[in-house]
Amino acid sequence: MGVSRSVDAQVPAVELRGLHKLFGPLHVLKGIDMTAHKGDVVSIIGSSGSGKSTLLRCINLLEVPDEGEVIVGGETIGMAKGRGGARAPSDMKQVNRIRTSLGMVFQNFNLWSHMTVLENIIEAPVHVLGKPKAEMKALAHELLGKVGIAEKADHFPAQLSGGQQQRAAIARALAMQPDVLLFDEPTSALDPELVGEVLRVIQALAEEGRTMIMVTHEMSFAREVSSKVLFLHEGLIEEQGTPEHVFGTPESERCRQFLATNF
Amino acid sequence: MDFGLIIDSWPALMRGAVMTLTLTAIAVPAGLALALPLAVARLSHRLWLRLPSYAVIYVFRGTPLLIQLYLIYYGLGQFNAVLKSWGVWWFFRNELYCALLVLSLNTGAYTAEIFRGAISGVPSGFIEAAQASGMSWFTRLRRIVLPSAFRLAWPAYTNEVVFLMQATSLVSLITVIELFRVTKTMADRTFDIYTMYITTGLIYLMISYGIILLFGLIEAYLMRHMPLAPNARKTINQRALAVLMR
Repeated sequence: MGVSRSVDAQVPAVELRGLHKLFGPLHVLKGIDMTAHKGDVVSIIGSSGSGKSTLLRCINLLEVPDEGEVIVGGETIGMAKGRGGARAPSDMKQVNRIRTSLGMVFQNFNLWSHMTVLENIIEAPVHVLGKPKAEMKALAHELLGKVGIAEKADHFPAQLSGGQQQRAAIARALAMQPDVLLFDEPTSALDPELVGEVLRVIQALAEEGRTMIMVTHEMSFAREVSSKVLFLHEGLIEEQGTPEHVFGTPESERCRQFLATNF
Repeated sequence: MDFGLIIDSWPALMRGAVMTLTLTAIAVPAGLALALPLAVARLSHRLWLRLPSYAVIYVFRGTPLLIQLYLIYYGLGQFNAVLKSWGVWWFFRNELYCALLVLSLNTGAYTAEIFRGAISGVPSGFIEAAQASGMSWFTRLRRIVLPSAFRLAWPAYTNEVVFLMQATSLVSLITVIELFRVTKTMADRTFDIYTMYITTGLIYLMISYGIILLFGLIEAYLMRHMPLAPNARKTINQRALAVLMR
């Protein structure tokens, strides 16, 4: 297991090679190659239906790619033909182990409603990683302070605003001490006045040098925090590069059109 | 109403009620223990798990409890030689064991269907969040899916428990002496149908109410994570729970 968690800067944190994904007749991803190095903040932009979320969900195998390789921290996720010929991970233990190094934040927060905020945060560290409960409670309080909702530890998710729930969800992802954070449109389900508080937390994480891959519709935010931007169109990377390049001097006509209507 | 008769038959009625409660108290947890694996198997994508579970649920939901009791107690009695050679006759010749077995299987089948629905109703986002944090299938089931499903299933499950308690009256027909059987014996002896059956009806009513009260308190505890609507009044159960948890 030790081999995979290399801190070697030469080993990309996440690498995707030739990724294809089909939902029935729908070809959602048509051959995606992507590399995120340690410390990268990669933003994935594009119109809805372009495959952004599917791409992100392939990284932690919430969607199983029909073709191509997912390599996390230098370790390739093993694939095999499963039931009915569909591709499936050959070893769920490997997938679950790799998932513990990839924290995910969802559009709809997905906090477990029957647990308090604190219980949500310590759940996976205690029951997946086997960390001591007392230690994780201390960490949870620290993380809640960091995301600015220290006083909400004993509240249930339904008692929090959307912005507070999303910040709690970020604290939950951080509690696993992941190598990479995945954000799937983290502010899309929020009221406009609550978007700022969540973006500020994400920005602070970016400034800490954390490796992050995020799908977002917040163009000015993406431009500000990203080290790399991918523009997805109909399942292919249409434009990629530094934010200056993608937002300033894109070569793709479609990317220009998208930015004209979405910026 | 003949109050003298009620007083005279009270000790016997109470012994019957204790048997009714005992049958319920054993069959309910046994049925639940059976129902959870049945429900999970029923939802499995593996045919060899799904099919037997479906068959058990279908048979025990699809036939009258009374026929199940007769087939197991009187029916299997015909094969006592075989059962003796298997070493299980001691179990099947005992009317109480047979009653408990059939009641548990029957309520297990109904409860499995309640939980199957509840498990399907657990929001997919809860499961994805659990998957994304690296939880194995079993950890997910134990920590996320079943706790959520219990909350969804609780009102329907309360119904099933009340119904099972009342259904225990049927085991009187395989000679278990419980509340109904005691009542019937007294009624047949005295011909005072009204006094006996009204009294016993009231006893069943009180037991039902006790179950509803207990399960309502548990529901209030399970659902304490749900905030009240801004000007909703607390239910009696929620207020009672607040007093108990103080």
